[in-house]
Amino acid sequence: MDDRWTAARRKAAPAVRSEAFDAFDGFETVEAFDAFDAFDAFEEGLDARLVVARGAFRLDVSLRVAPGEVVALLGPNGAGKTTALRALAGLTALTGGRLRLDGVELDGMPPESRPVGVVFQDYLLFPHLSALDNVAFGPRCQGVTKAQARARAAEWLRRLGLAEHVGVKPRKLSGGQAQRVALARALATRPRLLLLDEPLAALDARTRLEVRAQLRRHLAEFEAVAVLVTHDPLDAMVLADRLVVVEDGRVVQEGDPSDIARHPRSDYIARLVGLNLYRGESDGHVVRLDSGPSITTTEVLSGPVFVAFPPSAVTLFRDRPTGASARNLWRCEVAGLETHRDQIRADLSGELPLAADLTTVAAAELDLHPGAEVWATVKATQTHAYPV
Amino acid sequence: MPVRTEREWTRDDPYRAPDSSDPAGSRRGACRVAGPGSQAVTSFGEPEAASGALRGGTSRRRVRRGGGAPLPLLVPALIGLTFLIVPLVALLVRAPWRSLPGQLTSAEVWQALRLSLVCATAATAVSLVVGVPLAWLLARVEFPGRGLVRALVTLPLVLPPVVGGVALLMALGRNGVVGRWLDSWFGITLPFTTAGVVVAEAFVAMPFLVISVEGTLRAADPRYEEAAATLGASRFTAFRRVTLPLIAPGIAAGAVLAWARALGEFGATITFAGNFPGRTQTMPLAVYLALQSDPEAAVALSLVLLAVSVAVLAGLRDRWMTTGG
Repeated sequence: MDDRWTAARRKAAPAVRSEAFDAFDGFETVEAFDAFDAFDAFEEGLDARLVVARGAFRLDVSLRVAPGEVVALLGPNGAGKTTALRALAGLTALTGGRLRLDGVELDGMPPESRPVGVVFQDYLLFPHLSALDNVAFGPRCQGVTKAQARARAAEWLRRLGLAEHVGVKPRKLSGGQAQRVALARALATRPRLLLLDEPLAALDARTRLEVRAQLRRHLAEFEAVAVLVTHDPLDAMVLADRLVVVEDGRVVQEGDPSDIARHPRSDYIARLVGLNLYRGESDGHVVRLDSGPSITTTEVLSGPVFVAFPPSAVTLFRDRPTGASARNLWRCEVAGLETHRDQIRADLSGELPLAADLTTVAAAELDLHPGAEVWATVKATQTHAYPV
Repeated sequence: MPVRTEREWTRDDPYRAPDSSDPAGSRRGACRVAGPGSQAVTSFGEPEAASGALRGGTSRRRVRRGGGAPLPLLVPALIGLTFLIVPLVALLVRAPWRSLPGQLTSAEVWQALRLSLVCATAATAVSLVVGVPLAWLLARVEFPGRGLVRALVTLPLVLPPVVGGVALLMALGRNGVVGRWLDSWFGITLPFTTAGVVVAEAFVAMPFLVISVEGTLRAADPRYEEAAATLGASRFTAFRRVTLPLIAPGIAAGAVLAWARALGEFGATITFAGNFPGRTQTMPLAVYLALQSDPEAAVALSLVLLAVSVAVLAGLRDRWMTTGG
């Protein structure tokens, strides 16, 4: 595969460079790869528009990822994230769009010829092979001799801190170890595109924390393009440099994790990061929402905007509060109550559907119960408006 | 071939029935208890794990609770059990134990036994070489008419073996559809030769292997092959290095079933390959022939086959116990 890939790249590169490419033909080390990258910066990385139509579902996602960058596709189940990943790996055919990696068109290339490594959600380590032979499998398929493949595999396992588990069969490995073996197996083929499908979903909460930190370190060391898929915003925010939020087959938001957390553009993200999010038309300090009521903010904007505020910014009253200090005042009804850490989160319907956090003492004093009528207020200084 | 009465014919039958349907039958029963194992019902070597789980699970508990089994079920069950066991016990009771060493060391017996073992093994080898790829094709490749092909593959399973023998004669006989060309072009004649025995046994035994392996393949996760592909393995490499080791227990079980079936094969063999001592006379044929002239010898020969069958069954049980746990 290495050879075919080099040949394909050479074809895609300008003719003048062919001499320089030849000089790099015998590269064996990661360092040589880095030099190669620095030299060949003209159309590096991933440039894809993935279109997959299947029945009523249509995936249409555009992705541009630079080498060394880690991008997370974040979205609810059924959004098409895994389909996108399979399309990148060549396991699902594109029905349209394009897929270029380092200047080479991958669409139509069978999965075994693509310089792509995949870490599957449940790892799919070959149960009949030891950890070492699992990792050596890729190099062996690329035509490396058995001894060399095993040496390379041992080096990868050592790098991932698994030197003692070389001869162990997958079923004897813990979840975190299996995950690292899967990562080593994917990296041992020296992919130019690393794909991770829900890399932490199969782990229990305790190992998850530890593995997440390790994985972040390994991804930071990876010099080519990495794309991971997850439905967990925390995983996405810790592991990725950039998030691409996918809902219902299309990209709804893209940006760095902190920006997306502060300025969500969809209910899904707002719920994930725990914000009340509304969309409306701004005119000065007042945002008139599409659903009717309006919210006063401190920002001065005009045109379509989002308004967000955290549930903790909401104050509830049993009776209409006197005094005009709170301009953001809505009459609501308690739709549901749930314990949220040491607080109670009230789910309110009515004029403005919103989530409100309050202490258990406050909830008891207000005598909150589903169906109870309450008044909700939010200070303008605690809201945040930003253009759509 | 001498003409036999119908009553006498049936004497040969039981020993086709037990080795072909007994191990499979017991698994089928286990699958039905489960309900969701409906896929498993169609095939024999099907998910080992499933049947293993069942053995340790609900079905076992149900059997253990059977202390209060109602009479309308208990009585027929015991009759059925007796019916299956008594003939085998009778075989042991009537065995000429004193003359047995002499019977079993005679040249004819060893000739027939050796021929049987060689032919059954060769037929199993043939079935493996072409049957495993066929099973892969049926399990992994979508093509039009796949259901029909699967039905055709399974047909020899339910076809009376004698009919299979006649069909083989029509195809591969000297004047057969294919046999005519084999004879005139290559000088190859299959009927009434040892190779003919292998052909007849493979024809009858291969479906067992194909169905068993196909079931195991369907139960195996195809995503392992995808994982192999992302690591640079071609489809054939993925099959050879990943799929084949994963389904090895299923292949082994299928091969043992096919081998046992080939060893006991009578109808197709006698029809297609005849009954020539040393060349095409396998154990079942020898038993059949001996029964007319020397019943004691027939019983002795039958004991040998019974011992082989028991050994095979013990081997299979062991495999199912260990891999299904």
